[in-house]
Amino acid sequence: MTSVDLTGFQTPGRGRGILDVFNHGYLLRLLIRKGTATRYRNSVLGWTWSYVKPAAQFLIYYFVMGVVLQFHRDVENFAIYLFAGVVAINLFNEAFGNATSSIVDNRALVRKIYLPRELFPISTIIIALIHFLPQVAILLLACILVGWAPTFLSLAAFAIGLVIVLMMSLGLGLLFGALNVRYRDAQNFVEIIRMLSTWASPVLYTIAMVEQALKGWAFTVYMLNPLTTAVELFHYAFWLPTTSGAAETLSPGIVGNIFVSLGICAVLVVIGQIVFRRFERSFAQDL
Amino acid sequence: MSEITTTQKRPSIIVENVRKTFQIRHTHSMKEAFISRLKRKQVGSTPYNALDGVAFTVGEGESVALLGFNGSGKSTLLKLVSGVLEPDAGRVLTRGRVAGLIEVGAGFHPDLSGRENVYLNAAILGMNKAEIDERFDRIVEFSEIGEFIDQEVKHYSSGMFLRLAFSVAIHVELDVLLVDEILSVGDAPFRKKCTEKIHELAQAGKTMLIVSHNMAMVQELCERGIVINKGKKIFDGPIAEAVDAMNAK
Ligand SMILES: Nc1ncnc2c1ncn2[C@@H]1O[C@H](COP(=O)(O)OP(=O)(O)O)[C@@H](O)[C@H]1O
Ligand SMILES: [Mg+2]
Repeated sequence: MTSVDLTGFQTPGRGRGILDVFNHGYLLRLLIRKGTATRYRNSVLGWTWSYVKPAAQFLIYYFVMGVVLQFHRDVENFAIYLFAGVVAINLFNEAFGNATSSIVDNRALVRKIYLPRELFPISTIIIALIHFLPQVAILLLACILVGWAPTFLSLAAFAIGLVIVLMMSLGLGLLFGALNVRYRDAQNFVEIIRMLSTWASPVLYTIAMVEQALKGWAFTVYMLNPLTTAVELFHYAFWLPTTSGAAETLSPGIVGNIFVSLGICAVLVVIGQIVFRRFERSFAQDL
Repeated sequence: MSEITTTQKRPSIIVENVRKTFQIRHTHSMKEAFISRLKRKQVGSTPYNALDGVAFTVGEGESVALLGFNGSGKSTLLKLVSGVLEPDAGRVLTRGRVAGLIEVGAGFHPDLSGRENVYLNAAILGMNKAEIDERFDRIVEFSEIGEFIDQEVKHYSSGMFLRLAFSVAIHVELDVLLVDEILSVGDAPFRKKCTEKIHELAQAGKTMLIVSHNMAMVQELCERGIVINKGKKIFDGPIAEAVDAMNAK
């Protein structure tokens, strides 16, 4: 074999994973703009869908949980309690769902041009975040109407809750986005996780009720779900300040929960990235 | 083992004993893949070598034609060089910015305007905003799209679409250009213009790896030809002899 000086040579198609997204900032912006600009372009109601879907969902939950099951007697400002949780879970479901299908949706590109493929799940997660903003605006409006005012703690709780939801979406999104390319039935797991997300976190009920029903290790397992922490943080941020001090309704050890959840999310992101990179090598031929 | 035609200049592309095996997957189901793994049988796939033991280098500034019949593995080889696919054995190394005229227009979105698509696709091909701003007028001029640039691409004729897509791809900042049969598209005058543009890039010292069935054009553009047959390199040398070797097959 001829010996040539190999300095300056690259192996094509080997990126640095998520890190590569940072030096493709301009492309990321354009992909996000494309996603937001084209999504509702051919629909009559357009962007209103970002409001209509959560509104309909909220009304149904409120009718069943609040009116039929009479939760609004036990939980002060139940509408706000409910909406704060729904908004968090909606963000997760949309971000995770979009990220999962992002590689398959962009197959025309993935098959023909090399670019860091992490750009696709990450851009769709950011698009989900943009669609989440109008929902937060409505939530804030409702909160302010019943006397909510921002404090450092409430804003911090909101920010940490957001970080947890986004990290969890990214980790699971990378994992299932990659699996989805080779095994289209991976989508079934995704649907189960999305369904569970609403019911396995304190959105429609309170932690206090779970604590009564689940004892010992079962409750510990329940609390390991990072989405539970995120939903509780949203409750801390938006709902708690509007009540006359109902902290006992919420998670008993939220600070500990935050660290555990951030740790679990970090592990999920690492696993997601490792699996993604393993499967990425054959994306172009499997699609 | 396999001989490598060394060139005087430093290489821009090194292909070392590359094998690419496609698993023809009979299943896209996790359940079935899992069950066949449990049963320890390989029902999932039949391996197929699209490329086997291919080795060569392309020197900086060299233009090399890649010849072979359909299905011989030319496109697969270009995809390995561009990084879309990874080899199963051997390795591929490149130096400088690699760009491909391979299925141009892959990143175009029909609902976006021509202008938006130019920016999006140029960014997909690796350019930043300043580079695109600087080239934008030249891209539009080359494509002859004119005032249609602000219309949605879905209203373009297929010719207009191809011209714009090609124009974006050819204006990418690059050191190594991969061309895959793209020169057979578009109408005659535009085709001529594209060939001239590629000539121009070759004159400017860009490295080229060109797949084309147009023997006249290939002989004009390249001084060297590599013939691939059924995934194996069967000839590597002066272009005239390569064309003969190809025709003798
Ligand atoms: N993604 C893929 N999965 C399975 N087989 C493939 C794939 N891509 C190409 N092949 C096979 O590899 C062989 C070489 O294909 P290709 O490189 O496109 O040939 P050429 O460009 O020389 O006509 C063909 O037999 C083709 O069917
Ligand atoms: Mg081909």
